[in-house]
Amino acid sequence: MRPLRRFWTWLLPASAAGLLAWAAFAPIAVGSRDALFEIPQGTWARRMAGDLVDILPQTIVLTLGVNDTLLLRNRDSVPQVFGPVLIMPGQDFRLPFDTVSSNEFNCTAHASGSMKVVVEPYPAAGLLRLQWRLAHIKEAIARG
Amino acid sequence: MKALILSLLLSSAGATFAQQTPSQQFKGGVFDPPRPAPAFALPASSGAQARLADYRGKVVVLEFGFSHCPAVCPVSLASLTQARQLLGARGKDVQVLFITVDPARDTPERLRTYLAQFDPSFVGISGSEAQIAQLLKDYGISAAKHPVKGTNEYSMSHSSYLYFLDRQGRQRSMMPFGRPAADIAHDLAILLNQ
Repeated sequence: MRPLRRFWTWLLPASAAGLLAWAAFAPIAVGSRDALFEIPQGTWARRMAGDLVDILPQTIVLTLGVNDTLLLRNRDSVPQVFGPVLIMPGQDFRLPFDTVSSNEFNCTAHASGSMKVVVEPYPAAGLLRLQWRLAHIKEAIARG
Repeated sequence: MKALILSLLLSSAGATFAQQTPSQQFKGGVFDPPRPAPAFALPASSGAQARLADYRGKVVVLEFGFSHCPAVCPVSLASLTQARQLLGARGKDVQVLFITVDPARDTPERLRTYLAQFDPSFVGISGSEAQIAQLLKDYGISAAKHPVKGTNEYSMSHSSYLYFLDRQGRQRSMMPFGRPAADIAHDLAILLNQ
């Protein structure tokens, strides 16, 4: 029994250390770099009825190399203006970012008429990448 | 520990699906599905009326600007000139249309002289204030006059993006201001190859 207990005593911490090291240094692999935000049907009607609720977040945070392409999907029955473009009903607009930046856009889907897109750097290997992974797990858990 | 394991699983999920979709091949923004660009027929720097439909079969770049623009428009036009050069012989199938947001000052004649400094093939589009206002509305473009302090002059603020139409006259993509000519040429090449 004693050798078995010693085995577990070492195996668990070693496994945890291995996982931490992997999480801190392994590149972040993603299937799609699109960050999808949908403007649902009825947004314009709700706005006209005096409902000022924001459909999209006021600030969208993207990460280079991970989710650095903003994908706006207009499912409303009217065109929506996002920055320099008119997104027609049923149309998607995909905008990739390739530099760390903070960008202000006009946006008719927002009650305020504007929104911000913040582009953050790719998490460097080490503590930053580990923190990034843990933060995303927290978000995933919070979303249910 | 559970969170860590879940984190590792999630962040590795999709690794085997890591592929670029065709739309991500563009370096600029992409419309999906593409829709016909709003039509227009307006006075051009060539001296005739320019209809958007006249350029069917070519890849068209729309730039909205004005000839008194001190910083943005000259840079974009220079980048477009370089991009056409980078495309070599294929560049002749790219038509740049420079649509003024300042029709009061940008007559077709002035636009011709202005654009010739960059590339004589570029076509300037002007019109009445009402015609240009309607066109800007159709494309969702914002532009506004601003008085220059201490003078009777004014300047304009305006959208600084480039809009790319494919050979069928559909609005396919757009390029933010300040991107290198190579990026512009890259996206134009995708449209030229289709």
